[in-house]
Amino acid sequence: MIEARGLQKAYGDVRALDGLGFEVAGGTIFGLLGPNGAGKSTTVKILTTLARPDAGEATVAGHDVLREAARVRRSIGVVAQRSGVDRDLTGRENVKLQGHLQGMRGRELDRRVDELLEQFGLADAARRVARTYSGGMQRRLDIAMGLVHRPKVLFLDEPTTGLDPEVRAAMWREIERLKADEGLTILLTTHYMEEADRLASQLAIVDRGRVVAEGSPAELKSSLQGDAVHVELEGANVNGSVEAALRGVPGLREVMVAGRALHARVDDGARAVPGVLAALDSHSVPVATVTVARPSLDDVYLRYAGRSFAEADKNENKEEGE
Amino acid sequence: MTAISDAWALTVRDLLRLWRQPWFIAIVLVQPVIWLLLFGELFQRVVDIPGFQGGDYKQYLVPGVLVMTAFFSSGWNGMSTIEDLERGVTDRLLVTPARRWPLIAGRLGQNAVQALIQSLVIVAMALAIGVSFDGGVLGMVMLVVAAVLLGTAFAALSNALALVARQEESLIGAVTFLQLPLTFLSTAFMQESLIPSWVATVADYNPVNWAIVAGREAVQSGTDWGTVFGYCGLLVAFALLCTMLATRAFRAYQAQV
Repeated sequence: MIEARGLQKAYGDVRALDGLGFEVAGGTIFGLLGPNGAGKSTTVKILTTLARPDAGEATVAGHDVLREAARVRRSIGVVAQRSGVDRDLTGRENVKLQGHLQGMRGRELDRRVDELLEQFGLADAARRVARTYSGGMQRRLDIAMGLVHRPKVLFLDEPTTGLDPEVRAAMWREIERLKADEGLTILLTTHYMEEADRLASQLAIVDRGRVVAEGSPAELKSSLQGDAVHVELEGANVNGSVEAALRGVPGLREVMVAGRALHARVDDGARAVPGVLAALDSHSVPVATVTVARPSLDDVYLRYAGRSFAEADKNENKEEGE
Repeated sequence: MTAISDAWALTVRDLLRLWRQPWFIAIVLVQPVIWLLLFGELFQRVVDIPGFQGGDYKQYLVPGVLVMTAFFSSGWNGMSTIEDLERGVTDRLLVTPARRWPLIAGRLGQNAVQALIQSLVIVAMALAIGVSFDGGVLGMVMLVVAAVLLGTAFAALSNALALVARQEESLIGAVTFLQLPLTFLSTAFMQESLIPSWVATVADYNPVNWAIVAGREAVQSGTDWGTVFGYCGLLVAFALLCTMLATRAFRAYQAQV
């Protein structure tokens, strides 16, 4: 339903997309997971015909995004990261105008508007201007507007960013329902691991404008064999003393040290921890905390992007803030 | 047909937004009345200047104030577009199948309705203070048409600028930079025979003056309709050019999204 190949896009000196590509099967939720600034929103802008790629090609619902933009626009619903709600119009007026611009008219449009307002729990607030809506209500209105013309493909760009945990959970149930009941194909971008894990049947992990790993959440996690061991050190790694200490520990793989954090992978976490601690102790590296965990998407990201997700997210945020 | 219907739907949207700002409506309606009364009082002795034709300054002033009002308020039309850009509304509209020009035409439709209402308020006020419109109903209509056409052109320019600059400060700067010079480089307040010749020359190329000359000609006795329709034709061409520019400006915006 969606195909992207070799997408490139630069903004001045900043390379937002660097050969990004993936395929999305119909009737599924596909997740683009990555930290802020990885290129997710740029990808959505290109696939929804708002922006043009510098190179590469893409089709959505069988139409080329560059040559058949008008057809793509009729087939897609878009819920952008920034809400596109007109705050001076009522909820009803917003949905109705969107339907009108999608070519709907008359009673068909009115019925569809009522149906959506009901479905998204906005019927009571339908005659209030959207300025008075809560964040969760505005988000639901955004989605209702995206669905008014019954699109085949729905783009959800960071749909739950900035929402309370309860509202987020309700939004997740709503997105699952859309896929199950309406057979929609959904492209979801998120920088929440949990969200991708819960909603997406297929995932592409995006880092610095490229897909670094692709598969179902389960596949991605099982591709990392064994458990993750995370050690937080008391002080920074001095002259590679940590690596030196761990060289002799059997079964320890993919050792990575970043600042005070040490990440490694072992077949059996519980049995390996004493050996790791003993080795660090014998090289006088003090340890603050140790955790052992089954592989998570966090670990998947760390493995394929070569840096921890939280760290990448923080760095990108800093860059964006400048 | 679809595009015209879209333009109308977007006009209604902007009128609704306007309607929900009562303070703004109050200012829009009161301001032109203040211009008319204030300038009428302030410059009433202008008629005593040797060479001034006619005995009542307010009579002379009405077309100038009417056109100036439409010109001033239209310059701010692009502010809605900047708000839409900031709120993500423009991006949403651009990924619907709607054509580009209705997105501008909707703004211009709302602006035209606003300029029309302001003009009617001024005409009513003028009649109330004893100004006579010797060109009859057609004259009054053409005066208002000239003002609305000029407003349409500058509203379109304002939107083009909004899409290119994308910042309130830039738009405010550009609009205030243009407003007063273009108003005073015209015959709004002083007859052509009494202004310096270089100002008169510049005024010949100033669309604000085209609207003032056309409007004043239309409402005086012994109207030369050729002048009226000639300048209105120029204003139509200018408004179309500005609308095309504004529509093209979406490309400039999308190139950097």
